[in-house]
Amino acid sequence: MASQWDGSGRDLPAAFMNPGPFMNPVTSSFTDFVASYAPDLLPGRRPLPAGAVGDEIPHATTIVALACAGGVVIAGDRRATSGNLIAQRDIEKVFRTDDYSAMGIAGVASMGIELARLYGVELEHYEKMEGRELSVEGKANRLATMIRGNLAAAMQGLVVVPLFVAYDSERDAGRIFNYDVSGGPYEARGFHAIGSGSLFARGSLKKLYREGMSAEDAVLAAIQSLYDAADDDSATGGPDVTRKIWPIVAVITAEGFRRYSDEEVAANVQTVLDGRMGDPDGPTAPLR
Amino acid sequence: MTMPFYVPTEQSMRDKADYARKGIARGRSVVVLQYADGILFVAPNPSRALHKISEIYDRIGFAAAGSYREFEALRGAGVRYADINGYTFDRRDVTGRGLANFYAQMLGAIFTESSKPYEVEIVVAEVGESASGDQIYRLTFDGSVVDEHGFVAMGGQADAVAGRLRERYRESMTMPEALAAAVAALTEPNGEEIPSTQLEVAMLDRKREHRKFRRLTGARLERALEESRAAAPSQQPAEPAEPGGTGTAEPAAPSGEAAPKPPAQPREEHPPTGPEGEGDTGSGGPVL
Repeated sequence: MASQWDGSGRDLPAAFMNPGPFMNPVTSSFTDFVASYAPDLLPGRRPLPAGAVGDEIPHATTIVALACAGGVVIAGDRRATSGNLIAQRDIEKVFRTDDYSAMGIAGVASMGIELARLYGVELEHYEKMEGRELSVEGKANRLATMIRGNLAAAMQGLVVVPLFVAYDSERDAGRIFNYDVSGGPYEARGFHAIGSGSLFARGSLKKLYREGMSAEDAVLAAIQSLYDAADDDSATGGPDVTRKIWPIVAVITAEGFRRYSDEEVAANVQTVLDGRMGDPDGPTAPLR
Repeated sequence: MTMPFYVPTEQSMRDKADYARKGIARGRSVVVLQYADGILFVAPNPSRALHKISEIYDRIGFAAAGSYREFEALRGAGVRYADINGYTFDRRDVTGRGLANFYAQMLGAIFTESSKPYEVEIVVAEVGESASGDQIYRLTFDGSVVDEHGFVAMGGQADAVAGRLRERYRESMTMPEALAAAVAALTEPNGEEIPSTQLEVAMLDRKREHRKFRRLTGARLERALEESRAAAPSQQPAEPAEPGGTGTAEPAAPSGEAAPKPPAQPREEHPPTGPEGEGDTGSGGPVL
């Protein structure tokens, strides 16, 4: 039924036309179209080798997200590890998925990158086909389905878990959704973190997060929490001052997705580092 | 009742071409033109939901005249084609040329193989890094491709509109100037100006990030029209026949046969199959 997409452009038209022979249930989902046309392109549809592959493959770690006034901030460290080795110092694991949403990934890096790419196309494809953006819930649900599709691979060690953030224009607020290997979405209130350092980052955010904090404050809190995660988790990278590798920070508001430039992040990192020179454990919360 | 057992191929092609031309001429025109920062699309369109102008990919836009059902199917196919290519390879590897060839194959196959040809004429435009990288391809119902430079008018009274546009078009116009030229070309001489609610305007803006396609609607369109009215007097039809468009420069197609001249016929550098002929009744189906 489904022919193999070889990129050559042969035998295209029938498959691409809407009421074509194998476009029976017409949806505006790119993933559904790929599944019918070239299923091998989809992650989670490939035959897996027996046994777990877990530790030999680079893993991405801590992602944090927190709501701010009129939007949401997402940030991630830059380290990828395979077992006890640092596989990459400057990996990027926060992705813009459309103008008003972004995702960070934890788990197997390659799967995460592929998932983020597919998901970005999925959102854009719907928007172009239907002439409107998906609702925030629609986006979150769609991602859950894609994660669930990866369950078989996850059971063999190829785990990938996203953290999804979006600006909701109906509420004029940022929203955060997290997932587990079997899907989701689970909406988080205020803030959330995923990945191996998430335990420490979440503890840190618990003390630093204030409802309705400004985007600038939220960015600083995110960097503080990533520092705390890197402090206690060997798989999370801290700011690399000598190589000038900084966390990836992005903010999504009514104006859309904006990734902070290296200079902006560096200034924030410097504030954190200056504070920690005097107090290595970072800011303290009032006891009562 | 006698049935003709043999219809010469030439005759059937000619009949199909006549049929398609009539259908396209019954609709209203669409204008696509280059300006300094990109490519502008303007079409009279009473509907705000049924678009004649759409986004296909990051740098690629689509405009169509003729039967809505048919060009909507083509648009969907184009979006699928672009998205699957961009996902398989890289976003930069989706080109206007590739898409134009894809459509040409499709339209050509439909024209020769089905008894009813598509009553559509479409433009695939790709915005480049600079004006020299811009590409505009016009495709007709039989799959002919014309590589246009500067401006294109198609559908409805295409010749008359192209004539008026030729008088006003200059290279490297500003956006308000280009919009003024397009609206003036679409307005019949001594006719009423088209109200903004009846206009569909979009552009591929090379200065934008990520996706270059942008629609002008509501207040933004009003503002743009205001600016274009201010810009208009400076470029009234002063000097005739600028050398702007190459493909569109010839007033009528050298069809080679003394066919009666219908009020509107597509101007062709390479005339599509068969002569232009006047027929009696048109086809069914709504056209835009």
